[in-house]
Amino acid sequence: MAAPASAATPKVELRNVNLRYFGLEGETEALKDVSISIAPGEFVAIIGQSGCGKSTLLSLISGILMPTDGTVLLDGKPVTGPSRKVGYMLQQDYLFEWRTILENAVLGAEIQGADMAKARERAAALLTRYGLGQFLRHLPRQLSGGMRQRVALARTLCTEPDVVLLDEPFAALDSQTRLALSDEIAVILRREKKTAILVTHDIGEAVSMAERVIVLSRRPGRVKSDHAIRFAGAHGTRPTPLAARNSAEFNGYFNALWQELEVHVEG
Amino acid sequence: MSKVEALTVAPPSPQYLAWLARERRGYFIVRATQLGLLAVLLLLWEVLPKALIVNPVLTSYPSALWPTFLDLLKSTPQQASILTHTWATVLATVLGFTGAMVLGTAVAAALWWWKTLYQVLDPYLVVANAMPKTAFVPIFYIWLGATLSIYGMSLAISVFITILMIYSGFQGIDPNKIKLAQTFGATKGQILRKVVLPGSVPTLLAALKVNAGLSLVGVVVGEFQSANLGLGYLIQYGAQIFKMNIVMTGVTILAVVSSVMYLAISWLETAVMRRR
Repeated sequence: MAAPASAATPKVELRNVNLRYFGLEGETEALKDVSISIAPGEFVAIIGQSGCGKSTLLSLISGILMPTDGTVLLDGKPVTGPSRKVGYMLQQDYLFEWRTILENAVLGAEIQGADMAKARERAAALLTRYGLGQFLRHLPRQLSGGMRQRVALARTLCTEPDVVLLDEPFAALDSQTRLALSDEIAVILRREKKTAILVTHDIGEAVSMAERVIVLSRRPGRVKSDHAIRFAGAHGTRPTPLAARNSAEFNGYFNALWQELEVHVEG
Repeated sequence: MSKVEALTVAPPSPQYLAWLARERRGYFIVRATQLGLLAVLLLLWEVLPKALIVNPVLTSYPSALWPTFLDLLKSTPQQASILTHTWATVLATVLGFTGAMVLGTAVAAALWWWKTLYQVLDPYLVVANAMPKTAFVPIFYIWLGATLSIYGMSLAISVFITILMIYSGFQGIDPNKIKLAQTFGATKGQILRKVVLPGSVPTLLAALKVNAGLSLVGVVVGEFQSANLGLGYLIQYGAQIFKMNIVMTGVTILAVVSSVMYLAISWLETAVMRRR
């Protein structure tokens, strides 16, 4: 048995990572010399413009993609493939339309060959907690977008990962559902003390949900800056995302990041 | 907010009931017209030859078919009962399209698994599909003999299109669903079993529909050449002795067989798709 990771060991670490995509037309540089270190329990947001390699970064951490150069470490050990410690929430729910809600939620456990009776129990408990208890035997098409994304969250958390990767998981939702659900999910992930990495191009979402925001430059993606987000919350605890949006500090962070992103509207 | 809290209002409004009545009437009109069309066709087939507008020797007519059918029901030392002929044709068709489905799915899965295999075989499959398989009837007869050549033709005529259809269905699976399975560490076999195959059920049903019709064509054409049993043989025999009653009875039974297959597949489709 390897020695347990000490408190000083980062949960997730990228060391001088380069990633190039190969095509017959040539190589595309997606990430260049990226080094990031994330502590256990941290909630980090990564922002950048579309095509800057944000999603690629998550694919590297989840082990479904290997870096061209450099190392990705999870609990101090190099990532060689998908790990059970990492859960990944994609941009859409991608629920399987031929499976019931409960069967969808246990997909990960089923693939990983876990004890299915326990997995079903855990999934049912999660779904019930997210207000979907009466829909376990329903099919995905019978649910609204927000409900479906909550099923996707249950599917991710059912395998009990330590690290949760969120790839713009609210992009496909309408703006009210998006605010409500991002609030809900941030609270859930904090309560369960998960390490969370959120990729988004929505500055408000990043500032309100994460305690640290990393800005990636345009392609090839490089770490441009790293911001600690602090709110003078009651008793030193972090306000919920919805409360954070109303706090005095929110606009300051928002504007600073807006400058960083150098958004230019084309045309 | 939820689509589940169904929008059913407790006491249906008069407007809704009126709408429902209109829908039902529309459905009834379609069905009645379908049956009416069939009746008109049969009537024309009966009346035109009898009025000698068309030559009855060439077309026969429906009322003449029933006595012919009763006559053909009897089995004689020279001729098997028409039920035996029908059964032979149906059996060969079912074996053909079942074989095509199993073999087609297996080959499509292999092509999905080994991309290089697909790249190598792609042009061969497209050409094999475009070939008129019925040209192989005499060859199959020489190679396989009377009975097996018909099964072979039934399979050959539908297997290539099945491979192409199912493979293209496999390719059409959302790559993000596969990515999702990969994030949980799914192996290639798990991706095939848990994502690609179940996601392709609509494609499999579509392929089955195409196959059932094609296999019947293969069987009948095969029977023209090589059999001494089956509806294709019976039709060919009737034509040779110039008894149009026998030919038309055979053709009518083929129409009935096609309809029953169509209904069976529609029923299967409804049963499977209800879960989606």
